[in-house]
Order: sequence, then structure tokens, then C-alpha cells
Amino acid sequence: MNELLNNLQRLTEIAENPKKQLAHYLSQQKKVIGCFPVYTPEELVYAAGMIPMGLWGGPAEPYLAKSYVPAFCCPIMQSALELGLQGSYKGLSAVLIPTLCDTLRCITQNWKSGVADIPMIAVSYPQNRTDAGLRFLQAEYGTIKQSLEAISGQDVTDEKLAAAIDIYNAHNGTMRRFAKEANNHLDMITPRVRHNVMKSGHFMDKAVHTAIVRDITEALANRSIFSWAGKRILLTGIVAEPSELLDIMEENQLAVVADDLAQEMRQHRTDIPKGKVPLQRLTLQWKDRICSLAHDTDKSRIPLIARQVRDNQADGVICCMMKFCDPEEYDFPLIQDEMEKMGIPILHLEIDQQTGGLEQAKTRIQAFGDML
Amino acid sequence: MMESKADTVKAKEKKPLPKSRIMVGEQLTQLYQEALQAKARGEKIGWSASIFPQEIAEALGICIVYPENHGAGLAARHQAEEYLSYAESHGYNMDICSYARINLAYAEVLTAPGNNMPKPDFVLCCNNICNQLTKWLQNLAKRYNIPMFLIDTVYNYTPNASDDKVRYVRSQIDNYTRQLEELTGKKLDPARLEAVMRISLKNKDLWRKANELLAHKPAPLSGFELFNYMSCMVCCRGKESTTKILEQLIKEIEEHIKNGTSTFPVEEKYRIFWEGIACWPYLGHTLKTLRQYGINLVATGYVNAWGLDYELNDLDGLARAYIDLPNNNNNLETVVNRRIAAVKQFRCDGVLYHVNRSCKVMDCQQYELQRRVQESTGVPFTSFDGDQADFRAYSEAQYETRIQGLVELMEERERQIGEGVK
Repeated sequence: MNELLNNLQRLTEIAENPKKQLAHYLSQQKKVIGCFPVYTPEELVYAAGMIPMGLWGGPAEPYLAKSYVPAFCCPIMQSALELGLQGSYKGLSAVLIPTLCDTLRCITQNWKSGVADIPMIAVSYPQNRTDAGLRFLQAEYGTIKQSLEAISGQDVTDEKLAAAIDIYNAHNGTMRRFAKEANNHLDMITPRVRHNVMKSGHFMDKAVHTAIVRDITEALANRSIFSWAGKRILLTGIVAEPSELLDIMEENQLAVVADDLAQEMRQHRTDIPKGKVPLQRLTLQWKDRICSLAHDTDKSRIPLIARQVRDNQADGVICCMMKFCDPEEYDFPLIQDEMEKMGIPILHLEIDQQTGGLEQAKTRIQAFGDML
Repeated sequence: MMESKADTVKAKEKKPLPKSRIMVGEQLTQLYQEALQAKARGEKIGWSASIFPQEIAEALGICIVYPENHGAGLAARHQAEEYLSYAESHGYNMDICSYARINLAYAEVLTAPGNNMPKPDFVLCCNNICNQLTKWLQNLAKRYNIPMFLIDTVYNYTPNASDDKVRYVRSQIDNYTRQLEELTGKKLDPARLEAVMRISLKNKDLWRKANELLAHKPAPLSGFELFNYMSCMVCCRGKESTTKILEQLIKEIEEHIKNGTSTFPVEEKYRIFWEGIACWPYLGHTLKTLRQYGINLVATGYVNAWGLDYELNDLDGLARAYIDLPNNNNNLETVVNRRIAAVKQFRCDGVLYHVNRSCKVMDCQQYELQRRVQESTGVPFTSFDGDQADFRAYSEAQYETRIQGLVELMEERERQIGEGVK
């Protein structure tokens, strides 16, 4: 039990102190590459012997960033840019920025202009995920591989990449098992604890994170199942932050039993398929991803959420709508319609990492909990 | 003092429209009418993004209408409010592009004052303008359960498209051609495609020429007037009717140059570059405020917005053109260089940036663009908050104050130049 608590505490500390984690890796003479949301080919970074570290913003009030982006720019991008401009990411050998939305397109350029001491490597994902699209992506990954090799001084061989893919797939599987087991222990795996277990993975060597989460999951499985008397919810959106929002959910007897958050399970639900050419395998993962940022006229995300609601007996859905996130905003009316058809209540909760006051969110979550 | 100038402007605006303007109106009415008639005959019709490779659909003889044009028209005629409200009441966030909100609401009701677009049988999307278009047309395709043909041009974070990217886009154009043939039962005639490409190239040259005639000092036209001809390039750039309109327009502009006249009704004291989409709901106010100070808008990003250049029958070249042309698909360096060139070519005294609330891809790198263009040219700038189609994002008072500020900066620069200050 102590080991379980210690492991959860360790991941919480890492999730809440990514800067400390960066210093830790730098002190070990490791090179670290910052990875912007939502997807980057982290496996290439890993195979080049470097640490990929997620840059998911945080509660940084934009000051310098205001010279680059208007107030109606995505809060994650504002804070990530602010931290870059302030020098908080000093020590990173480069950043990877995917051009998955209009704001991210611009952030590649603002980064280049404002954070000259940390090189920027852009990543373009094809939206038509056809064979031709995937061939383009393979060429794109090839170019990125070369850039990363130049930074690390190490070749990314097929063997190394295949090994990195194994580590990432193992991590995905471990996170899925954790998410499933967590639902049997909603007393201990509160919304915030669950979030910290997920988020910490962005700041750690995936092999190390996998080992810890595996231990956590096993320890949980050895506990007796807890019968949760409160309500069960699914979270969808980019992130469910600041963490105080999750505390409010806990206070209102709401447990997170599944998520479709870009920062959390969207990262882990799609494995890299088997195959002979590792670089090509990476592209096939992109083909299979279900996300608001990947073109999909079927809007597969919606039946996926519906299935998760059913499979996890969720009583309601909280849509954590990142302010000014148009890819998510376009999906919302369709998700809302589907939930209405299913008779599942849905709460539209605006997310702003910079917001200090959470009084409105508190009232809305409380009312939602009462309604459930 | 200001009032009397404005009144003079008003009086002069009552002049009859030039022939080219009448032709534009007729062309647009015909476009929408033909789409309605085609639909009534049972033909498949499509809705398209504005910088989509129209050449294929045009060569196939398929009727295409353009929601961006439709939305801009409703906004300019102050008829957009009910569509915006409808979309927002159905879950679409106010943050979403106003053209999209108007169109997603229109898609539910399929009726509007003025031109109507019939229900689409497919949608054509090219995300060289923005990624929001992808999401917007995805929602339409899902709503109607119709095919969506997406030409994904992939953002150019380097100055030009790579060969890998061109191959990817070319493959999409081939797929879209084949699938559109299957859907409509029409077969692409290579000779007809060549003809459409030829017309499109000619229209591209004519559009550029018409715009570049405003480099003449003083300009023979009030630059705002060119906004009225944009529909030719958005909706009909593969049609001969556009050739006729633009030839007529050029004739009219050249006539002004020859006679030393201009449609700009007051003395042209300052010439400016307008960055961004027009503020359609306040076109009159934005125009009149500038005129009060003798400011003529002589250049916009639209000068080269449809400068799609390729060789006849070269579909790889066509793919490359659609990737490389739009500013929104390009890295900052490319856009900065284009703007610096335009400021110089059109001898601008100032730059006016429209912080268009709808368009993050324009706004989120605009501040650095402002700094770099000013640093290079020495030309002052100002910006104002507005929106292409949502009237709520614009403040007349703010616009007027900003223009006053710009005038002071331009005066100061003029004085310094006069005194030989570098």
C-alpha cells in the first residue's frame, strides 16, 4: 500500500513540476526535446537517445506573448509561447511543433521569431490519410529524423526506432490497463490523481513511466474493488486543467471513468501497428488516430465517445472546451446532439489555463452533479 | 468640417455604376440561378472553398457555389445576424469563423434574402486558406451525409512546397477528379480542361493588372471598389464572363488614367495597404472614415490572392500553385517579403491591419508581420479590431481613433522625409 501511495505521489510531483524534471534530465547530461500538443513523432526523439518532453502550457500569465498573439489565441499556446519567451524552457535542445491547427501554424513562426535560442522543428501531418498522404508523412518524418540526428549526434537506425516503438506501445497498453483498473478504485484514483498519472507521462522517459504505472496498476488490482456511490463522468476536450477543476469534480462526488482528452487517453488509445519499416509504422499510427485535429468526415470521435460512455457506465459527459480551440468547437454541437439522443447529460465547461477564479466553474460543476 | 466632406462623398456616390460593376452583379446572379436550375434538373451541385482547384469542376461543367462569397454578401447587406444567432443557439461557439457560422446556419434553413444556394450534393474543400475550413466542411458533409473532397495543401513552414508535398497534393487532385466523375457521371475532357486552365490563367493576369493599375499615383480608382470585383475571382475565375468583366474594368481604369481622373472623390493625400479580409458589415464606415482624411486604399492582400500560376496541362504545377500561393498557407518570411514588395510597388504611406476576429491564421502572426514590414519599409501602421462578417466585433469609435493616429504618424513621416530625416 505504501509503495502504491509513494508511486502515485511521485507521479503527482512530476506532473506538477515539469521544470524540475527538465533540470533532472539535463543534470544527467541528457538532451531534451520539447514536444508541443497534440501529437509529435516522439518515438524518433527517443530513438535518437533524447528525452521527449511535453509542453502543455500552464498557469503562466501572458505578458511577452502578447507581443505575438492576440488575446483570443488558445491559452495553451499563449502560455507555452510565454514560457519560451521568458526563458523557462532554457535547456531544451529543440522543440517540435505540429501544424495541426491554425494557431499552431502561427506558433511555429512566432517561436522562430521570438525564441531564437531553441531551434524549432515543424511537423506537418497530412489530413487526407490515404496512401499518398502517408507517403508524404513518411518523407516528413524522414526530414525530422535527420534534424534530430544532427542534434543528438546519434543515428536513428531501424533497430533503435523499432525498440522505441515497442516502448511506446508498451506505454500505451499500460496506460489503457491503468485507466480500466482505476475505475475499480475510484476512492483512491480521484480525478486529480488520474490526471496526474496521465500527465506525468509527458515529462518522463516512457520506459520509466511505464514501469511505475504498471506497478500502480498491479497494486490496484490487488486491492478489493471499491463500490463508488457517486456519479461517473467522461471528460472530452484538449485538457482538463487547471487541476483545481478536478478537485471541484471530486468535491461533488464526480469520478472520471473515461476520457477523450488530447492530453490523456487520446495519446494512448492508438498503438503503432506491426510492420517491417519502422518509419512507415509510425505513419500508420497517424492514419488510425481519432481526434478533432485529424480529418474525418465520419466524425468517428462521436461514436467513440458514445461507446466509452456505455462501456464505462458514465452518467454524464463534461466537455472541457479549451477557449478559442476551433477544432474542438466545431465538434461540440455534434457531440451534444449525440449525447442528447442517448439521454446523457453534457456540460460545456470553458477551460482557460490562465484563469485564476474558478467560482463559475464550481457553480456549474455543482449544478451538473446535482442534475445527474 | 468632417460632416461636409462626408456629405460630398455621399453625393458623389450616387453616380451611376460603371458598366463593369453591372456586369459583376449580373454574373453573380447568373451563377446562383444556374446552380438552382441545375439542382432542379437533378444535376449534382457543390459548395466550395474559395481557393479550391476549381479548374476540374469547371471543366466538367458542374455548378459550384461558394459559401464564403454567400456569407460575405449577407454580411455586407446586414442580413447575417439571424444566421449568426441561429448557429450560436445550436452550439456553435462565437469564436468560430463568422463565414462558417453563417453557412452552417444557412445549411439548416437553405433560404436567404438575395441569392440562394441549393442544397449541396458534395463539398469541395482546400485548406490552403485555413484549417477551420476543413472542420466547417466536415460538418456540412456529416450534416448532409454527402462526400467531401478535401485537397489538403499542408502548411508551408519553409518558403516553398517540397516535391513530396506536390506529389501528395497532385494525388488528391487526381482522386477528386476521378471521384467527381463517378459521382456526377460526367467525364473530364482534356481539351476542355486545357481551355479552362487557359481562361483561368488569363483571368489571373487580368486581375493582377487591374489591381496593379492602382500603383499609378494618384490612383485612378478608390481601392475599395476592387472589393466589388472579388466575386469574379472567388466564384468564376475559370469562366470567360470574368475575362469580359476584367477587360471592361481595366478599360475603365485606363480611361481614368488617360483623363487624369479618379473614382476616389477627394484629393489622394495618403495611400495605404489594407491587410486582411474586408470588414463587410462596415464596408461603408471603413471606407468613408478613410476618405475623410484623403486616404485611399491602393493595395490589399487580394492583389495576388488569385495569382495561381501554372503551365497549361501541368497538373503538378497546378498543385504547386495551390500550395504556394495563399498567404495563409505560408510561413511568415514569405508573407513579410510579399508585403514589403507591395508597400514599395504601390508607394504606400501606411499599412492598416484588420485584426479579423474570425481569422486566427491571419491574426496569430500579424504582430510580427507588422513589426517586420515597418522595420523594412519605415512605413507606419495601425490596426483595428473587426470581423469579416460578424458586426459585433467592430467599433466605429475605435476605428476612427486608430485612423486618426495613423494619419498623425503618416504626417510625421512626411514631415521627416521633407526635412531629409532618415
